[in-house]
Amino acid sequence: LRGGEVSKMAGADGDDSLYPIAVLIDELRNEDVQLRLNSIKKLSTIALALGVERTRTELLPFLTDTIYDEDEVLLALAEQLGNFTMLVGGPEYVHCLLPPLESLATVEETVVRDKAVESLRKISQEHSPVDLEVHFEPLVKRLASGDWFTSRTSACGLFSVCYPRVSSTVKAEIRQHFRTLCSDDTPMVRRAAASKLGEFAKVLELEYVKSDIISLFTALASDEQDSVRLLAVEACVSIATLLPQEDLETLVMPTLRQAAEDKSWRVRYMVADKFSELQKAVGPEITKNDLVPAFQNLLKDCEAEVRAAAANKVKEFCENLPEDNREQIIMTHILPCVKELVSDTNQHVKSALASVIMGLSTILGKDNTIEHLLPLFLAQLKDECPEVRLNIISNLDCVNEVIGIRQLSQSLLPAIVELAEDAKWRVRLAIIEYMPLLAGQLGVEFFDEKLNTLCMAWLIDHVYAIREAATCNLMKLVEKFGAEWAQNTIVPKVLGMANDPNYLHRMTTLFCINALSKACGQEITTKQMLPVVLKMSNDQVANVRFNVAKSLQKIGPILDSNALQTEVKPVLEKLASDTDMDVKYFAQEAISGKSFPITEYPPESRQHFYKIFIDVQDQLVNV
Amino acid sequence: METTKLPPSSPSSPTTSFSVPSAEKVDGFPRRSMRRARQRRSHSSSQFRYQSSQVELTPLPLLKDAPVAELHDLFCKKLQQCCVLFDFLDCVADLKGKEIKRAALNELVESVATSRGVLIEPLYPEAIKMISVNIFRTLPPSENPEFDPEEDEPTLEASWPHLQLVYEFFLRFLESPDFQPSMAKRYVDQKFVLQLLELFDSEDPREREYLKTILHRVYGKLLGLRAYIRKQINNIFLRFIYETEHFNGVAELLEILGSIINGFALPLKSEHKQFLVRVLIPLHTAKSLSIFHAQLAYCVVQFMEKDATVTEYIIRGLLKYWPKTCTQKEVMFLGEIEEILDVIEPSQFMRIQEPLFKQIAACISSPHFQVAERALYFWNNEYILSLIEENCQVILPLVFATLYRVSKEHWNQTIVSLIYNVLKTFMEMNSKLFDDLTASYKVEKQKELKRERERAELWRGLEEYQERRMQMLTEAARNQRNLQERGERGDTLNPSSPQTAHSDQPEPKPSGASSGAGESAT
Repeated sequence: LRGGEVSKMAGADGDDSLYPIAVLIDELRNEDVQLRLNSIKKLSTIALALGVERTRTELLPFLTDTIYDEDEVLLALAEQLGNFTMLVGGPEYVHCLLPPLESLATVEETVVRDKAVESLRKISQEHSPVDLEVHFEPLVKRLASGDWFTSRTSACGLFSVCYPRVSSTVKAEIRQHFRTLCSDDTPMVRRAAASKLGEFAKVLELEYVKSDIISLFTALASDEQDSVRLLAVEACVSIATLLPQEDLETLVMPTLRQAAEDKSWRVRYMVADKFSELQKAVGPEITKNDLVPAFQNLLKDCEAEVRAAAANKVKEFCENLPEDNREQIIMTHILPCVKELVSDTNQHVKSALASVIMGLSTILGKDNTIEHLLPLFLAQLKDECPEVRLNIISNLDCVNEVIGIRQLSQSLLPAIVELAEDAKWRVRLAIIEYMPLLAGQLGVEFFDEKLNTLCMAWLIDHVYAIREAATCNLMKLVEKFGAEWAQNTIVPKVLGMANDPNYLHRMTTLFCINALSKACGQEITTKQMLPVVLKMSNDQVANVRFNVAKSLQKIGPILDSNALQTEVKPVLEKLASDTDMDVKYFAQEAISGKSFPITEYPPESRQHFYKIFIDVQDQLVNV
Repeated sequence: METTKLPPSSPSSPTTSFSVPSAEKVDGFPRRSMRRARQRRSHSSSQFRYQSSQVELTPLPLLKDAPVAELHDLFCKKLQQCCVLFDFLDCVADLKGKEIKRAALNELVESVATSRGVLIEPLYPEAIKMISVNIFRTLPPSENPEFDPEEDEPTLEASWPHLQLVYEFFLRFLESPDFQPSMAKRYVDQKFVLQLLELFDSEDPREREYLKTILHRVYGKLLGLRAYIRKQINNIFLRFIYETEHFNGVAELLEILGSIINGFALPLKSEHKQFLVRVLIPLHTAKSLSIFHAQLAYCVVQFMEKDATVTEYIIRGLLKYWPKTCTQKEVMFLGEIEEILDVIEPSQFMRIQEPLFKQIAACISSPHFQVAERALYFWNNEYILSLIEENCQVILPLVFATLYRVSKEHWNQTIVSLIYNVLKTFMEMNSKLFDDLTASYKVEKQKELKRERERAELWRGLEEYQERRMQMLTEAARNQRNLQERGERGDTLNPSSPQTAHSDQPEPKPSGASSGAGESAT
């Protein structure tokens, strides 16, 4: 069964003639950009209606010719064409998609070009080795030698997908093209080449990695523009992974050392940012001799950006040190720098450090933690910047495992209280989110004594997001400490708020009940909560009343049928004839107990559908 | 205390949400307080740390007291003295040394500016070296990654007291009547110019101002560097447009280009046209257009005045990049269009009137009254009005429906009255055409509705067809799967012809939908 017959099949329903190509093409060139965009996004529908043959002979030439359009339309087109293989008749015809994608890969707008390259990479895999050499590779060559930088930039991303599947002569040509682009006159192209250097190295034979890639890497890493040099750092990781250990010292390390001390902070930042990857790539010996001093320098860098990036890597770096003398290296080389960073002048450095510093305790063990790290944690808990304190608190679990949280609790409490009352609601929100964790670690006694009041105070915060989070927090606490605890400590307080003069606080009672009823169980819900909810149905504020209806719907499943019939139903019926339309609406919703049916396909199922379609087409075409 | 922020790409703790700017706006207070803290901050480049050992400066004799024979030698020594860099973040560090260098720089500036015969050949490398050592540095990370030049205070360069004098010296050096380009070009080379251009990213407007004047002089005096400078500016702009969207000196570079374009020879070289089409026009897409729009529009108009044939490229380019959502930019575009129309040749106007007035009509119907107003102001411009009048037959039908509709619908009274004036003008221009259009307005409206219905119909049909195809193919897939399963169970069916199998095989439970699919596949 050939493509032609598939297209006949498409027309077998007899309505093919309903869609002459001209009408469809008119849609694709509608004057209104939005309509044009809509049509392009449904290009697969159009192609399906045309059948594979006319898609190849009529639609694609049209698309190739009308490449001058709004970037948004072009972007949609570039994306569509990546999924078009089956619509043009399967892998043997996939090369038909190359001309429009080639034009798209040369446009100015980066997002369009990138998408075109992505689609080209995708369909390159669907080319047979022969087609790859006959159709795809020439395209890459044309792009690589285009006059405007855009096409050369795009070419950089295509070498690695065709290299593994072509003959050795063509391979040599590809290497040559890549070399040329690495020393291109335009920095944009050099950047593109540098960013693909690692990827390209991975598909090359080791001998060529040594002979070709290393010299390119060295050249890019000492480019006159720092934006190029910093990309070489990324490539460094891949290259170092590919080379045998004994070659690293001569082929990679001189360049890496130079990058770690580059005069541009951007390059040093990149080294710091990629430090863990670099460390893994060069192995333990070089790490000990070279990376440890380099890391110390980065932690002491004069630019805060670099210090912060390095500080972020402290834990990972220490974890990956060779175990035999890990502790000694940390204690003598890293810890002194870390100590200095605790009192850095820049808050981002301190907060980056605070997000990882607790992780050191597992590496260093109990005694070292108590002696050396604890003072640092305590200092950071008192830091002026809330983010630093938060980062410490959010990582308490690591310390808990090693020394137990009690060591910290004296300092912890003031820090938590202060964060709980911070003027920025996002800070308050963040600390609330750690409450269940803290409660678990500190235990119920400590919690009741010191933190319970805070948790209740958040319920009357003036920011809704905080009240909402506080409600959710209570639920998690009940899950942790149990229903009995809830009954004794929080339920009375929550229910007490039902009489508050502020309607927002009264509503909070309802929200709490919604959240807590399940965790508290039928007994508490029916005996203690339900009466309060029912009573609130007489509230004078409509918002409270319709929330009563919503609450009743929520807690309904937990109540027994007797309570539902005798207590809930009459109240809901009363609310259903309320004067306020919202109250009525929600009461009726609750009575009918209907949830909203989902009419649309969820996106996954659609995709699944499409996949089946592709599979079948594949089979039909290949037969 | 608010200090340096991380670049947006930086990995950070789970609490990064604090630095989300929009969230801060919601919060109300923190942003303002942060901005106050940011003001008046200055930072110094990291170059200082590379000077390992600090040299103690000792004051040299004054240049004006030096005997003529020793003048050059002393000048040279002072230049070398000025190569020492100082830490300006620590404002009390080495005050004596700073003062000596400042005095020396002042003397050098004065000497170059006033006395003749100072600039002899051996001084060139020394002078350029002193300048390079002082001004070339990696610019520090911005204090504020979301720096908005319109709202935020720029971060000032801490070492400005020295840097300013170095720039001043450089400028006087270039402007000196003794300056010999043939000698300078050995030292002011491509690498030097590239570094100079990178400095335009400085956040300090004072520095950019100096750089602008200096680059202009370099361009004027060192002819061999001109093409290179243009190419590098191109690269900076392209990186700005397509990669980083961040460069502080775009306005200054455009200002220099404005005068460069002015000097282009005719006919325009293709390199220059390419610059217009591929760089200047796409610059309009930048988010921060408002900062350099005046300079950009000036450059564009300069091109048109040089060579009217580029008009069409310009207008079509602007229409392609017309802002979709940013009304503030739309108003700027309209302003630029008016500047262009002010100098357009009537023959060129006719080539672009159609797409242009479609866009203008779209602007008139903008719900944002400033956009509509700006577009309607075109009718107050006498030259534009005369162009419209000459081409009334074409333009009126393009805008009529919009004017008619908006005059009835717009919420803003000013717009409504402006539209009445425009309609009145048209009525006076060509009452016959106006009446015809009024009469056919309803019919056209109906036609449009019909077209829309037809389109909806077409797409409904297409989608139904797709749905059917999908169903059919799913069915086929299911059949095939059944078949395979049966094959695995050992049923004997010819495995080499599954396509016949899936239609011919006896269906155990043929459902309504599947029979159709089965038929069509036969």
